[in-house]
Amino acid sequence: MRLHDFRGGVHPPGQKHLSAGRPIQSLPLPPRLYIPLQQHAGTPALPVVTIGQQVGKGELLARAQGATSAPLHAPSSGRIAAIGEFTAPHASGLPLPTIILDTDGEERWAEREPPSDPFDLSPEEVAHRVGAAGIVGMGGANFPASVKLSKARQAGVHTLVINGAECEPYVTCDDQLMRERAREIVDGIAIMLHALQASRAVVAIENNKPEALQAMDDACRHDARIEVLNLPSRYPAGSAKQLIQLLTGLETPAGGRGTDTGLLVHNVGTAYAVHRALRHDRPLISRIVTVSGGAVPEPRNLEVPIGALAADLLAYCGGVSDGRARLLMGGPMMGLPLPGPQVPVIKGTNGILALTPDEIGEAHEPSPCIRCGRCVDACPMGLLPLELSKRARGEDWEGIQALGLNDCMSCGSCAYVCPSHIPLPQYFAYARGMLAAQRREEQKARRTRELMEQRQARFERQERAKAEAAALRRAQKKQPVTVLEDDED
Amino acid sequence: MNLNRLAGAPHAHDRDSVPRLMSAVLLAILPATLYGLFLFGWPAFNLLAITVLVGLACEAGCLWLAGRPVRTGVKDGSALLTGMLLALSLPPWAPWWIGAIGAAFAVVVGKQVFGGTGQNIFNPAMLARVMLLVSFPVEMTTWLTPHPWWSGTSPGWLEGWLITLGHFSATDGVTGATILGYARTELGMNHSLSQILPGHYQAGAAALGWTGGSLGETAEWLVLLGGLWLLRRRVITWPIPAGMLGAVLVLAGAFHLLDPQRFADPGLHLLSGSLMLGAFFIATDPVTSPVAPLGQIVFGIGCGVLVYAIRTWGGYPEGVAFAVVLMNAATPLIDHYIRPRAYGRTWRGQPRPVPARAKQPPLVQRSGVDARD
Repeated sequence: MRLHDFRGGVHPPGQKHLSAGRPIQSLPLPPRLYIPLQQHAGTPALPVVTIGQQVGKGELLARAQGATSAPLHAPSSGRIAAIGEFTAPHASGLPLPTIILDTDGEERWAEREPPSDPFDLSPEEVAHRVGAAGIVGMGGANFPASVKLSKARQAGVHTLVINGAECEPYVTCDDQLMRERAREIVDGIAIMLHALQASRAVVAIENNKPEALQAMDDACRHDARIEVLNLPSRYPAGSAKQLIQLLTGLETPAGGRGTDTGLLVHNVGTAYAVHRALRHDRPLISRIVTVSGGAVPEPRNLEVPIGALAADLLAYCGGVSDGRARLLMGGPMMGLPLPGPQVPVIKGTNGILALTPDEIGEAHEPSPCIRCGRCVDACPMGLLPLELSKRARGEDWEGIQALGLNDCMSCGSCAYVCPSHIPLPQYFAYARGMLAAQRREEQKARRTRELMEQRQARFERQERAKAEAAALRRAQKKQPVTVLEDDED
Repeated sequence: MNLNRLAGAPHAHDRDSVPRLMSAVLLAILPATLYGLFLFGWPAFNLLAITVLVGLACEAGCLWLAGRPVRTGVKDGSALLTGMLLALSLPPWAPWWIGAIGAAFAVVVGKQVFGGTGQNIFNPAMLARVMLLVSFPVEMTTWLTPHPWWSGTSPGWLEGWLITLGHFSATDGVTGATILGYARTELGMNHSLSQILPGHYQAGAAALGWTGGSLGETAEWLVLLGGLWLLRRRVITWPIPAGMLGAVLVLAGAFHLLDPQRFADPGLHLLSGSLMLGAFFIATDPVTSPVAPLGQIVFGIGCGVLVYAIRTWGGYPEGVAFAVVLMNAATPLIDHYIRPRAYGRTWRGQPRPVPARAKQPPLVQRSGVDARD
């Protein structure tokens, strides 16, 4: 298969050697797990347990609410200690509703139905079970996998792309998963193909992971529908839009969906979770997380129950050796800075990093833009980051939308290359926040106007009804009189 | 534990920074500068020092007046580079006040009044050169033949300072028009190039820099080497130099074929004047050139066409400064109309239609391990 190319992109140092090849180890069960109700795109899950309740491993803790949502299951057996607010893995660092589980260490599984052969099930049923297992996009987008599968089948997707690019520096969890559990991933792919009714699958892996490429190639050799592809190592090759472009040369139309190109992209971790859910009836309650960075003495790939704190993971890897280190959830290009180590791992967490000031390069203060255009060359979406940031600084909200702010996917390539060290994505985030606030204001104003009009209409209706009733009364009063008069005649 | 709570992604950065880029440009132009100093001796060195120092002082003064951090502003190297490029475009034995006025004009009027680094519309050094040429035509067109340091004709230290202070009497022994200026004058007297050039122009000597001219326009091959190194280091990109040199090459070639007696050959155009310096070091100034590659090609071609037009039909023998300043003025327009095509959009910015190929399975064969080649 001839690969196409995508525009722009950058080559940050991979730093994968720190944790690559380290076998997946299980994190010792933490005494307490913190499970945020919002771990996915869409509506938060609704708790179905009460405080003090004993739960088995895999038991439903919260159910999905609405069309785009995902349920949560107990990562281990124990007692519900509290349902309250806890620091969430979110840029704001603000607390979100969270179920807090005190583990009992018994790892006692809740009773579950014995699994049936997924290929005997209808595609709808497979997608339904994927949803019931709480599976979301494991690459970090956190979009409920079942919704993606159902929509894509309806859209007539012909090819499933399994994303093993893992283009973020440091992160090696997908690499290690592919090396160690390739057969399970391939089985998950076959199940997803069935759910999609698609004819073929492509596993796309960056060429800096030769072992994973070999392992996946060996594992899918028996299935002619599945092909393993070697991608160039360039960030952001693992972004769904760029991946589709690399494979087909097609672009997702602006404002459209990836499935418009006939392809659906899912992460390798998602395929593995699908295998676990459909073959073993195991919901998504753990995942592989890379713990790495210059300030981590023993970088590792850990299998971690959802809800374990970053602090638990870091402690298991020898603590944080540099007090000035920046803690991140995710990779350095798009990862979230954590307000502290007391933040739980969620379904989409692929890495916990502790980076030294040297690795971040934070010695530089932003200086004025010299219009060198490196951000323009680096932007994989073909935008003009320097012009966008100028509009954001000038609070020109119409101008910034006209320049394509909505097309920006915050990959950070522009800021990576900016010689003036301008934090471009932060300007874009600011603009998005302001625009969202503006939209909310407009919506509120519109709603208020609607309510006012309705109130006005109601009053008018009442007035009319009153008038009509009065007229009727008058008429009724009048009528007996006329009748009387008639009688008198 | 985490000091920088407000930091956002990305949490990694390329090693390049503005001061590093400026140093790279300075380093790239250093060989040609040293060669120029060697050709023209102490007066040239004095002029260079004065221009650079006045430029730096004006930069610091403006930053201080504007209440901005003086240290970091001066340390970004942009004023140093402006002073250097200006000095390279001046006649090497020009009096001190030419350098001083030029540098002050470049930094204050050319850059700081627009708001400092990154805000100026025109290339400061070229704006200053144009101003000097228009205001002081005599001083700005007194060129001299090379006086290498080892030869007996090179002025000593004291004599050098006297020349810098303005006690320089132009005598036929030392001065001589640049080849472009000479050819222009002679062509004006209806002499043909085959009569003019022999004895005044040898391509080899011109390439080696053994000609009269400003500091930076003599050693073309050193300028070219510096430029290529910048390209390789990705400090500059190819569209502007390629567009500018290509346009001059094509135009000069075409006209030379039409009438070799009236129009000089492309080699002479490339190897004389400050075309090479302009293409690699001046037109590529990021602040005053377009940001998108296609716009940069248009900009480069525009510069090249203007250089050739001014040299051939204009009122001045050399046109790099005018060409660059004129194209600088067109940069906002170019940037407005020539933008990269955004992903998933047409050139006009509308969403692309849903691809028709989408419904067909892609034409691929199972290749397995072969895909890894």
